[in-house]
Order: sequence, then C-alpha cells, then structure tokens
Amino acid sequence: MLIKRPADIRSSEITDKKLYLNRRQFIQTAGAIAGAATGVGVLTKGAAVLHAVQPAAHGRKLENVKKGSPFSNTNGEVMNTWEQITTYNNFYEFGTDKDQPAELSRNFKTDGWSVSVEGECAKPGKYSIDDILKGETIEERIYRMRCVEAWSMVIPWAGIPLGNLIKRCAPTPKANYVRMSTLLDPKRMPGQRLDVLEWPYVEALRMDEAMHPLAILAVGIYGEALPNQDGAPIRLVVPWKYGFKGVKSIVKIEFTEKQPVNSWQKTAPREYGFYANVNPEVNHPRWSQASERRIGEFFMRKTLMFNGYGEQVASLYNNIDLKKNY
Amino acid sequence: MADRTRIIRFVVKPIVFLACLGPAVYLTWAALTGHLSANPLSDVTNETGVWTLRFVAITLTATPLRRLTGWNDVIKFRRMMGLYAFFYGMLHFTTYVVLDRFAGLVEFPGGIVSWTTVRSLLKSIGGDIYQRPFITIGFTALVLMVPLAITSTAGMIRRLGGRRWNQLHRLVYVTAICGVIHYWWLVKADIRRPQTYAAIVAILLGYRVVRVFQESRRRLTVRTAAPVKP
Repeated sequence: MLIKRPADIRSSEITDKKLYLNRRQFIQTAGAIAGAATGVGVLTKGAAVLHAVQPAAHGRKLENVKKGSPFSNTNGEVMNTWEQITTYNNFYEFGTDKDQPAELSRNFKTDGWSVSVEGECAKPGKYSIDDILKGETIEERIYRMRCVEAWSMVIPWAGIPLGNLIKRCAPTPKANYVRMSTLLDPKRMPGQRLDVLEWPYVEALRMDEAMHPLAILAVGIYGEALPNQDGAPIRLVVPWKYGFKGVKSIVKIEFTEKQPVNSWQKTAPREYGFYANVNPEVNHPRWSQASERRIGEFFMRKTLMFNGYGEQVASLYNNIDLKKNY
Repeated sequence: MADRTRIIRFVVKPIVFLACLGPAVYLTWAALTGHLSANPLSDVTNETGVWTLRFVAITLTATPLRRLTGWNDVIKFRRMMGLYAFFYGMLHFTTYVVLDRFAGLVEFPGGIVSWTTVRSLLKSIGGDIYQRPFITIGFTALVLMVPLAITSTAGMIRRLGGRRWNQLHRLVYVTAICGVIHYWWLVKADIRRPQTYAAIVAILLGYRVVRVFQESRRRLTVRTAAPVKP
C-alpha cells in the first residue's frame, strides 16, 4: 500500500519569492521611515513652536494712581500695548523663551506675599505688599525699557519710589548696597528646575542709585495689578539700566556693606557687569549696543546714553570709568 | 522597478519638495497675519536659521541612513535636502541683511533708496562679519554652501568627476560644524538647543569618521594578506 505522505509544507504555503523580497523591502522601508521619524522628532524637539500666546487677562484695577509724573518723560514716544508687554517677556523663572512666561506663569499665585528686609538696617522684618504701599501714593511712570538684547519698549508702570521704602527701613551707615532677590520655588517657578542661572535671581544697586527718584518698585502696568509674567506682585524698575537689572517677584531686600555679585554677572562676568547702565558706546562682547529695535517698529533707533535718562542720572557716575564698569 | 522610479520621481519627490517649502510658507503667513511674537522680525531671523541647520542635518542623514537600512531610494532626496539647506540659509542671510543691517542703519542721509544707503549697508554687513565672531562663522557656513549648490547639477558632477565632486562636497561637514557654533555663540544662557544640534551633528560626522577608520583597516588587512611577489 502506498502511503502518500504529504509534504511538510504545502506548495501553497510557500511564500512567493517576489512577495518574500517585497516583505523584506517593506521591513527595511518601515525601519528607515521609523528612523527618519525619530530623527525629525529629535530635530524639532524643544524648538519653538511659534504661536501667538494669549496676553495676560486684565487684572485688578489699582486705585488712586497718580498720573503726570515729571519723570514720565519719553518725548511723546508711543507706549507699547498691553499685549506686547504681557506676551514678550524675559523671565527665566518661567522659561527662557519670550513666550513662555505668559503661559507658564498663568497659575502663579501671589496671595499673602511678603518681602523680607534684612541686613544693615534698623527696621528689618517681613513687609506685606500692603505694608509697603501703606501711606504711599502709587504713581504712573512711563519709562523706556531697554533690554540688553537690543530691543526696547515703552511701558506705563505704576509704583512707588524705591527710596521711600528704603528710608522706612532705616539703613545703617554701613549699608552701601541694596541687594534684591526673586522668589526661589521651583514648584511654582518651573524655569528654576533648569540651572541656566544660579537661583534665586539676584540684582543689586549702589545705595545712591537705589535712592534715585527714577528707581521704582512697580506693582502695576496700565493702572492694573502687575501681571505674573511681568514680575508680580512687586518688581524693580531702573529705567537707565538694562532690563535684566529689574528683579521680578521680589521676596528679599538686603542692605549690604560689600558689593554683591549679581546673577548675570556671575554667569558671564565678561558680558555683564555690576552696573549694566544702558550705554551705546560699550558693546556687548557679542553684539552692538549702539541701536535697538523698539517692539512694533521696523527701523531701529539709536540707543541713548543711560537710555535717555542721562540728565537725571549721569552725575551718579562722575567718578567711574563706564567702559570698565559696564 | 521602473514603476517605483517613476512613482518616486513624479509623486513622492513633488510631495517632499512642497513639504520642505512648508516652513517658509508658514513663517510668511504667520508673520503677515500676526501669529508670531511681539518681535516677529527676530522670530523670522531665528526660525530661518534653525531650519537651515535642520536641513543640513537631514542632508547629512541620507548616507548613514542608506548604509544602515539598505534603503537606496533615500539618496535620491539628498540633493533636494542640500539645496533646501542652502535655500533656508540664503533666506536667513537675507532676513539678517534686511531686518538687522538695513533696518539698523538708523540714518539715511541720502534717502532710503540711494547709493549712500547701499554703501553704508555693505559697510555695515562687512563690519559685522569682521567684528563679531558668531556672524563670521555663520557667514562662513553659508559661503561654503555656495560651491556645493552650484555643483549640484548632474552636468557638474560629470564635469568634475565623481571623486573630485565627492571631495568638494565634504565641505558640508564644515558648514554643519560652523552652523552649530554660530548657534551656540548667539545664545545667552540656555544652550540646550545648540547642544542638541551639536549632538546630532557629532553623531552624523562621527559615523563617517568611524567608517573611514574601518575602511582603512580593512584595506590594510587585505594588503598585508596579499602574497608578496618575488
């Protein structure tokens, strides 16, 4: 009896050679596409996805803001809009891209804020925002703001002279400098989870600079409470210096005898000095400071010495070489 | 096979070509309709620069990708990617000339359209390239792409001969390195993005170094193994 054993593999089961090769090619192609996709993913990762960020929602109106300060002298230059001022920010505590602070600071809470006054003074202690504003007149100050990156804005701040608070703290004769720090809280300030700068952010002024009537502690913009991305609830504004000098979300003011080291100065001493006065004659080592782009304009403007506040502040620097003390 | 070639040539290539124009089209649209930041001029300059680097990296990916996957068709897109790198590089340079140098002249003594403007513009560009290292190196990266773009045609490859053409086109390695340094030197403190590009370029060039090394070792073994003629 002839027993026909079936072949182990039926011919119908054998993959056609053409198909077989196709499949191989398919796997290779799929692999290549997956590889390419990963490559593209890596290339675009972290890149700025450009989209218009929502400006800050309008906040609480500040009451009794006194307008018409003689220091609001911007020669009739047009003010930047609320949208520009609240979507284009350098506030590394909320990300290093200009549009990040607007987004990442949205849920930042500033309730119960206090500023700790320390160091060489007779009245140290914790001052709430209400304490700081008690008995003060909030003034509108329309200032030019010149960023060290060669762009600028005109901003209607609302605030009080820094000197008023300093006087109330009764600094001792040893108090030569005022050092101000931003809040340190990586949970609330996600940008602090990266060590792009040494946290907390610190900037200091010489005592006579801090007492100058142009230097203010701002609590608002356009008559409204300061939006988070602009340094809520209280920040420094020194219009004759580059913008980075304006410490935001201040939690500490310290009077010191010795000259403190500032955050940017520490990061790149060759590029950022202690003073950081706006000076068109002293270039940043990597770019020119002779001109600037006003946000919203096409043609650049000539940068003015001390950002146009020379008449008021030049005398503070009679005795120092501004090329060395940049 | 003929079908495949035709599909690549008449379907896939045009699609890829249009896709690569996407960033430029999007940027123009976004700039004109206010979808960029409050400083759109700076966005356009930055984005065209980053896209140049991306296309340089994509171009450099073609050869390793082909070798590693055996996917030969990828090489058919290498020239297009290289030319797009040049295209975005030129866009980047043009935006810099117009938005940074021209707009930065501040004063136009002879009127905006005049020889004085042209002269001071050229002086301003030249001065910037000479004085600022990050501009010098960025400009170098761009200039090195010019001969590559010129010799990218089939006719030029023939005229130069494959070997010489290949040698010349290794200049793209220098462009990639200069491009990354240009980006690195421009950033203020957050160097994560330039670092990413540096890593990508390092891998792509490292792959080539390793291959050259392996090749020469292989050749050396072959030579020593060959019988010595009496």
